[in-house]
Amino acid sequence: MKRTVPLFIAIVAGFVLLIANFIPYAEGWGLTAQEWFNILAVGAMVLGGGNLIKLHLMKVSGQRKGWGYSGVTIVCFFGTIIIGMSKFGVHPNALYPDYAWSGYYLESGSGLWWIYQHMVVPLTSMMFAMLAFYVATAAFRAFRAKNTEATLLLVTAGVVLLGRTYAGVWLFEGWLPESMLWLRFDNLTVWIMDVPNTAGTRAITIGIALGVVATSLRILLGVDRSYLGQD
Amino acid sequence: MRIRTSFLTVFASFAIAIVANAQTATPEPEPAPAPVPPTDLVVADTPDDAGNSVEVDWQLSGTDIFNPLNTDAKDTDPEQIVAVYQVERKVADGNGDVVSEEELNWRQVSESGAGESHWTDRSVKRGWAYDYRVCAVDNQGDKSPWCNAQGSVSPTMQMFNMSKAWLAIWMILFGAFIAYFINHARSGKKLWVRKIAGLEAIDEAVGRATEMGRPVLFVTGIQDINEIQTLAGLTVLSRVAKTAAEYGAQIEVPTCRSLVMAAARETVEAAYLAAGAPDAYQPDRIHYLTDEQFAFVAGVTGYMVREEPAACIYMGGFYAESLILAETGNHIGAIQVAGTAMPSQLPFFVASCDYTLIGEEFFAASAYLSGDPLQIGSLKGQDYGKFLSVLVLVIGIFFATIGSMTESDTDEGFGTSALDYISNNILGSEGLGSFGGGDTDIEGDDS
Repeated sequence: MKRTVPLFIAIVAGFVLLIANFIPYAEGWGLTAQEWFNILAVGAMVLGGGNLIKLHLMKVSGQRKGWGYSGVTIVCFFGTIIIGMSKFGVHPNALYPDYAWSGYYLESGSGLWWIYQHMVVPLTSMMFAMLAFYVATAAFRAFRAKNTEATLLLVTAGVVLLGRTYAGVWLFEGWLPESMLWLRFDNLTVWIMDVPNTAGTRAITIGIALGVVATSLRILLGVDRSYLGQD
Repeated sequence: MRIRTSFLTVFASFAIAIVANAQTATPEPEPAPAPVPPTDLVVADTPDDAGNSVEVDWQLSGTDIFNPLNTDAKDTDPEQIVAVYQVERKVADGNGDVVSEEELNWRQVSESGAGESHWTDRSVKRGWAYDYRVCAVDNQGDKSPWCNAQGSVSPTMQMFNMSKAWLAIWMILFGAFIAYFINHARSGKKLWVRKIAGLEAIDEAVGRATEMGRPVLFVTGIQDINEIQTLAGLTVLSRVAKTAAEYGAQIEVPTCRSLVMAAARETVEAAYLAAGAPDAYQPDRIHYLTDEQFAFVAGVTGYMVREEPAACIYMGGFYAESLILAETGNHIGAIQVAGTAMPSQLPFFVASCDYTLIGEEFFAASAYLSGDPLQIGSLKGQDYGKFLSVLVLVIGIFFATIGSMTESDTDEGFGTSALDYISNNILGSEGLGSFGGGDTDIEGDDS
């Protein structure tokens, strides 16, 4: 029963949404399903938050390795909730000036806004900026000419890298005959991106689309139930 | 007496001055000319909908400077330049329903900017008949004469969205292939599936983790449970968890969504049960971190650096965080297997992981790992779907080549028409249409 009911819901919801895609009368059903999902997600958010706090409290109480970080997490978690729920620094809505909590919770200058703008955004940007260094290390490893394919990749990457900069034009200025201009790196880059790259991407995309349909059918037909914990 | 005489004199002179002034006053300025009205107002029921909208089209006014036919736009009288178009509507027939007085009279329902010649009215009721009219308004607020639509329009509902007819045909064909091969497999016939190195490596990765006494890290991406990639990731998690339970390895599953955490717990618990090791299942190892993308990455990479898992498996939908995760895993020397259907992230995984499941391989993982003939049958059906796609591609290339060889300025030729039909109808959203029929006509087929 624990597995059958979710399976039944998944199959019915899946088929209904599939049919709704083709029947104009049912075109709003997808939105209804999305609303149900959002309601479920909000409920699950409490579950997730509860789980997060439980694990970190256990870590602090057990004084396990790195428990101090867990303490910071707990303080930030409750601090943000309190500041957000109390609408700290939020002015009353102009339409309801007598109601202290009638303002928008993310009003510019409010406590929660400050946390978001001056803590979350810089931290997120910092993580994103690190990507540049990871790209460099990954490229260094990927472009080592170990075999024919890797050498081809290295050459192609070199052409595209130079072709994206002014060097792609500058290197060939003054000596390349008019009839050979297609060899300039900027022109070769356009060709590489438009022809082999697009062809490869489309091949992958077609495979993905077919894979999505096949997986959806396996789930809808109840053939694949492993996501419910069944073989 | 004298006073009275002088008063009469002043009064008479004043009166004469007023009359003289009235006679010599400049004439009232003529009212500014109104803009030229828009023309050819056409209203039609929106095809392939539930009967809740009407398409309204008109030709731009001659004094609309955005009108491509207005070649003398620079010389247009500034007082006549169109600022907006006002669309008005009234109910012609309420189909037996009670219609309010307001609806029965002309009332403005839209105001479109200059240069706009189309508007979709989404506030109509199915079965009612409506009359429409449109006029141009200049910056002074002067209105042109009204342009009325020829006849009323009644929005109707279509039973089937014909613009998706080819999509339905493809789905039926594709579904039939899969159903046939599932049936084929059910009858006991063996189906051959090529080896997928990335999936073969999963057992090796879990085995390595067991030998090293370190955990296996499994990340299901950063999408929610309603995304197919997350579901595909969970199906792989089921197999990985079962292998881990059999080998006695620990599995760690941090999630980016609460619902995914709940689903992953069910999946892992059932896998441990199936492996005969329910006591080894530790629910706290499948935990929620945060919905925030880079905060999640920080949490996971922090865990990787601290605990140094021997195997890192990434299966699901990933964005920019893919490279940060995979490079950190590479840095700690973990054996890494990744699978995603995000084409933009695949190069990062290929560069940083030991094995990568590319697109369709990722979706085939569950069937491949289960070894279940029914699921393998669906893979075979998927292959035939791919063959069909390649066939359409080859036919398209053939017609494109024929078209480029035979095309002239006056005649498009069979090749070009065939190619247009393939790209616009078979692969596009113009429905069954007609061969060589050109662009979709919004007033076209309502069936």
